[in-house]
Amino acid sequence: MTLTERLREKISQAFYNHGLLCASYPIPIILFTGLCILACCCPLLKLPLPGTGPVEFTTPVKDYSPPPVASDHKPGEPSERPEWYVGAPVAYIQQIFVKSSVSPWHKNLLAVDVFRSPLSRAFQLVEEIRNHVLRDRKLRNLLPEHGCLLLSPGNFWQNDRERFHADPDIIGTIHQHEPKTLQTSATLKDLLFGVPGKYSGVSLYTRKRMVSYTITLVFQRYHAKFLGSLRARLMLLHPSPNCTLRAESLVHVHFKEEIGIAELIPLVTTYIILFAYIYFSTRKIDMVKSKWGLALAAVVTVLSSLLMSVGLCTLFGLTPTLNGGEIFPYLVVVIGLENVLVLTKSVVSTPVDLEVKLRIAQGLSSESWSIMKNMATELGIILIGYFTLVPAIQEFCLFAVVGLVSDFFLQMLFFTTVLSIDIRRMELADLNKRLPSEACLPPAKPVGRPARFERQLAVRPSTPHTITLQPSSFRNLRLPKRLRVIYFLARTRLAQRLIMAGTVVWIGILVYTDPAGLRTYLAAQVTEQSPLGEGALTPMPVPSGVLPASHPDPAFSIFPADAPKLSENQTLLGEPPEPGGPAEGAQDSPVPEVTWGPEDEELWRKLSFRHWPTLFSYYNITLAKRYISLLPVIPVTLRLNPREALEGRHPQDGRSAWPPRRPGLGGPWEAGPRAPGTAQAHGDVTLYKVAALGLAAGMVLVLLLLCLYRVLCPRNYGQPGSGPGRRRRGELPCDDYGYAPPETEIVPLVLRGHLMDIECLASDGMLLVSCCLAGHVCVWDAQTGDCLTRIPRPGQRRDSGVGSAFEAQESWERLSDSGKGGPEEPGDSPPLRHRPRGPPPPALFGDQPDLTCLIDTNFSAQPRLLEPAQPEPRHRAGCSRARDGPGYDFSRLVQRVYQEDGLAPGPAPALRPPSPGPGPPLTPEEDGVCPPEKGSPSLAWAPSADGSIWSLELQGSLIVVGRSSGRLEVWDAIEGTLRCSSEEVSSGITALVFLDKRIVAARLNGSLDFFSLETGTALSPLQFRGRSSSPASPVYSSSDTVTCRLTHTVPCAHQKPITALKAAAGRLVTGSQDHTLRVFRLEDSCCLFTLQGHSGAITTVYIDQTMVLASGGQDGAICLWDVLTGSRVSHMFAHRGDVTSLTCTTSCVISSGLDDLISIWDRSTGIKLYSIQQDLGCGASLGVISDNLLVTGGQGCVSFWDLNYGDLLQTVYLGKNSEAQPTRQILVLDNAAIVCNFGSELSLVYVPSVLEKLD
Amino acid sequence: MAEGKTESPGPKKRGPYISSVTSRSVNLMIRGVVLFFIGVFLALVLNLLQIQRNVTLFPPDVIASIFSSAWWVPPCCGTASAVIGLLYPCIDRHLGEPHKFKREWSSVMRCVAVFVGINHASAKVDFDNNIQLSLTLAALSIGLWWTFDRSRSGFGLGVGIAFLATLVTQLLVYNGVYQYTSPDFLYVRSWLPCIFFAGGITMGNIGRQLAMAEQP
Repeated sequence: MTLTERLREKISQAFYNHGLLCASYPIPIILFTGLCILACCCPLLKLPLPGTGPVEFTTPVKDYSPPPVASDHKPGEPSERPEWYVGAPVAYIQQIFVKSSVSPWHKNLLAVDVFRSPLSRAFQLVEEIRNHVLRDRKLRNLLPEHGCLLLSPGNFWQNDRERFHADPDIIGTIHQHEPKTLQTSATLKDLLFGVPGKYSGVSLYTRKRMVSYTITLVFQRYHAKFLGSLRARLMLLHPSPNCTLRAESLVHVHFKEEIGIAELIPLVTTYIILFAYIYFSTRKIDMVKSKWGLALAAVVTVLSSLLMSVGLCTLFGLTPTLNGGEIFPYLVVVIGLENVLVLTKSVVSTPVDLEVKLRIAQGLSSESWSIMKNMATELGIILIGYFTLVPAIQEFCLFAVVGLVSDFFLQMLFFTTVLSIDIRRMELADLNKRLPSEACLPPAKPVGRPARFERQLAVRPSTPHTITLQPSSFRNLRLPKRLRVIYFLARTRLAQRLIMAGTVVWIGILVYTDPAGLRTYLAAQVTEQSPLGEGALTPMPVPSGVLPASHPDPAFSIFPADAPKLSENQTLLGEPPEPGGPAEGAQDSPVPEVTWGPEDEELWRKLSFRHWPTLFSYYNITLAKRYISLLPVIPVTLRLNPREALEGRHPQDGRSAWPPRRPGLGGPWEAGPRAPGTAQAHGDVTLYKVAALGLAAGMVLVLLLLCLYRVLCPRNYGQPGSGPGRRRRGELPCDDYGYAPPETEIVPLVLRGHLMDIECLASDGMLLVSCCLAGHVCVWDAQTGDCLTRIPRPGQRRDSGVGSAFEAQESWERLSDSGKGGPEEPGDSPPLRHRPRGPPPPALFGDQPDLTCLIDTNFSAQPRLLEPAQPEPRHRAGCSRARDGPGYDFSRLVQRVYQEDGLAPGPAPALRPPSPGPGPPLTPEEDGVCPPEKGSPSLAWAPSADGSIWSLELQGSLIVVGRSSGRLEVWDAIEGTLRCSSEEVSSGITALVFLDKRIVAARLNGSLDFFSLETGTALSPLQFRGRSSSPASPVYSSSDTVTCRLTHTVPCAHQKPITALKAAAGRLVTGSQDHTLRVFRLEDSCCLFTLQGHSGAITTVYIDQTMVLASGGQDGAICLWDVLTGSRVSHMFAHRGDVTSLTCTTSCVISSGLDDLISIWDRSTGIKLYSIQQDLGCGASLGVISDNLLVTGGQGCVSFWDLNYGDLLQTVYLGKNSEAQPTRQILVLDNAAIVCNFGSELSLVYVPSVLEKLD
Repeated sequence: MAEGKTESPGPKKRGPYISSVTSRSVNLMIRGVVLFFIGVFLALVLNLLQIQRNVTLFPPDVIASIFSSAWWVPPCCGTASAVIGLLYPCIDRHLGEPHKFKREWSSVMRCVAVFVGINHASAKVDFDNNIQLSLTLAALSIGLWWTFDRSRSGFGLGVGIAFLATLVTQLLVYNGVYQYTSPDFLYVRSWLPCIFFAGGITMGNIGRQLAMAEQP
């Protein structure tokens, strides 16, 4: 036990060090690993490339004898003989290579004459060869009757000379079996001619006018004497004067095993399974910078470890005998990608705020034990396999062991390093991204705003308060998946391109393979320029391959066994070819010289490598794993004079060129069916037809597709921001499929009144309470947007003594601000702000116009003096803010002005003209304009009511405010009066819960206070529900006593400050910076559970009536808990950085994080469904309208999403003013209005159609 | 495996669809159909492997074709695999111990690959004698179970399936419905139970994964 522990510790320590090393020096380590891989793969170069190509071996023809059946050489012995050269070959092949030409060429010879008479000589030769067997009496008993296969072009005409002479269309006969499509294997023509098609010269348009073909003899046994005499005789009969062929060597060709379809299917299946495995494995990689990069690295790791294992085995003398392709998938599966994934996951789940080096090291060391254990297990299993003593399995196991070890090596060095680089990149990217969002909204915004602004004015829809969801056609589009596929295809124009490419390829193939197609056409083009002239060419009758249906198949008229006897009767043999004498007619072209060069010696090499297997497969003989021996060719030269050529001519050959000379010849065949005498132009016409047809088909297809595209995709599809959109295209909110619905624009109800960024928002559906950093609270009517009450900041009361000086701080700030940033301000503000006056002077009364606007009840034209983008650090402690500004304190002069609030639309300030100049003498008047405030109960505030507001809750008409000073205040929302306060503890209230008469305050020191509220009259929200915004009808009379009594205190609920507090279903949940959550019962404030599971401070908590508790922490993790049992249901790593907010619907959990991502999770399984990328600084702005409607904020807009499908339904732009600002917060009210927080102003958006959708 | 891949819903992508669309019986039916097709496909492919060794179970007349076996064999295999694939999660549920070990598609793919590999080995590797072959295959099958299943119910079910299937083939052979080219043990091949066992484990694995993907 202790040994295991120690071992475990050692391993973990070693891995930790290794991780540090890898992350510290990534580049050298990767280089080193690459070198290792290359070095290990070096021996692979010696291995023969896999393939099914034939292998050759050459032996001298002199005293050749077939090798013995049993190989006598020992396996280890070096031998020049290949292993397969054992036993007799399947066959010996003797080719008799005939080159023949008509010389001298006569002018009135036809193109057909080039090959007609030379081909007719093949019959002579065949008979000669046959008779040679019989001539040599001594050999007669040696040659078996069935032992010889003889192939020649004559087989096309069943070796019948009469048929050949009667055939009007030689080319047609030869080509009738040619396939139309591309063919890689040998065709019948190749088999019978024995030379590649282009060398045969049997074509109408050859320039060389030389025909070559072979007569192929296939022997089963080798008879040197017979072959020698045959060679001698043929050379004698048809001497080849300038022949330099050295008939010296015998070539043996070994054919490998061929892979048939039956073997291919299981192979393909295993590979498909392999790819599925890799796919499913790499899909699990998450939370890294480049998912694909890491997946690639993982695959590279596995593949190169395989290569290394093969290389190493080869190096140590172990030649692989297994079929590599077959065992490869199994090897990959055995080695597996698991380790890599485990590593990635473990590294990724380390705390984000650590240094990369430490993260890698921690991740490695935490997984080290399981990695080592797995590896040991696998090695053990393989070792067991090794002892099965089956050679194949042993070999497999050996490979697997070496592969496993090298895979481990690569994982540790290569993959870890790649991972560290990736994670470092991710952190850099995070930093780059985070930076602007912290310094949110820089003051220098694009200057081109006015022009765009004009445009937006023009397009703005006339109905300001309605969001029209898209037309039904659009909304239906998102439903079926197949339409999305079509969209995808249409967007990428995939089908269009495929069809076009296919058409082009098809036309190309057609044109190329058509016998009357491009090839011949090109050849004709060449020939037309030859001295022969067109006269001989154009009228050539070429009945293109049309044969009578009853035409017997002439293929493979192999000689029957008794062929030699038959040929005995014929006496045509031995007719020596006449030497080319002078022919009638002038010879006007050079004599085609029949030459023999070294390239002719091995002409069979130019044949398709499937030539011989195809030939033998016709006789049901397989050459797989066997070999044949090719004997040196016998050259035969035939020279024909023109007279002979003319004699051999078929009457139809020259019909259209000039009158047939011998009409009587071949009479019986005259009546034979003939193809329509199309001219040579036929070929051209076909070509054009094909081309035109292909072109037309292609065009029709393209047009059809275009139409389809048009029909399926409405016009504005794919270009939602037509024209100069406000966002760049890349930023358009769009869903996974790139579908971005058109955006709309409405004018929201803008609630202005705060001068600084709004920090807290609370609502109960009817009223809306907001609190800004400056510390003053506004109460708004959520329906009309009227400001009902303004509760100013209580600070600095001592100075004024009258009213509330809520603006003191702002004015300070403004002063220091305008001192610094005054010059920039006019540059960007004028077009936006409807400020009737010039830029404010940097003096103390720059805020005077605010006054006029504040009084204006519609608040629509309030200037914003503060830069909205001002990087406002959240100074919670308001006192700490006293900065070293100018030494004066003007606040006392101006603060009285700000006692004005919605309740008192005083007339006097409105009359005041905006005065641009600094005017200190205005103060007395200002003082005088707000007498109504003087009698308000706010006067009764104690001077100690200091501290900024940290938390805010609203219920009924009571606002509960928690301050940093630890003071809890209850205000009347309507009247703006303080009803009661409690100030027992001086630790700041970080969070508040106000649930019917019960207030729970969480404090900075980790304690929890339970208050109960006792009122003189029943606190019934119904009393003021439905009440309009008239401020003059208070619900509570001032005489109602509201007392706040501390009922219970949990002194040390948490060790550290409580950051999150939520209550529902009789439970109260607190989350703290000490990484734990606690669940209390509300009634008796009894702690039920302490939930541990986060590795960072808790930032947000959610609980609802169904007792589902979700929490998010600074570790980026979300935990779901069961409140009844206190057990953790699931745990997911959601975000890089903090989780900023969390909500749940019945089916999913929605979280947002500092990474500006909103992720939607399946609530029951904890599987991430999808995520939405938010704009910078809008990360936390989200709200759930209903179970299937989510609203998120963006730069000056809100977007609606369908929660179930993750579809973006609509993006709504909220007017011009909020354009550049990010939505900080979104609050969804009961009546489907949405409150968005844009810095210092609120926007109230009504979504009536959302309501319709809900029904 | 192609059918299995396309038809079986990935848990992540189609989560909401499955939960919203399929009722329980539809869910069951879909799983059955998917398993059936996987079984048919595997039967065809593995039969091809066996053909290469000339140890085919079925009349060797039409060897060249994929559909060389008797027509009723693939449907039988498909039905059997559907039954097994549905039985495994069902038994898990009844025993009240949901199978938690390596519940991922990649693991299932690995399992299928190993199963095909076992068949491949039985078809391609030359063993000295049949006992060696049988022992090796048995070890491999148990290794498969240990690597991918590790549940007692899975093992029991696998053994039961192997026994039953061997019995059925034995009966069929006795009745002369078909025969082996080279039987070595009571008219059948001795490695048959191992293959059946591995097949049962594999199909059970797929079935469990499907059930997990569709049920939540």
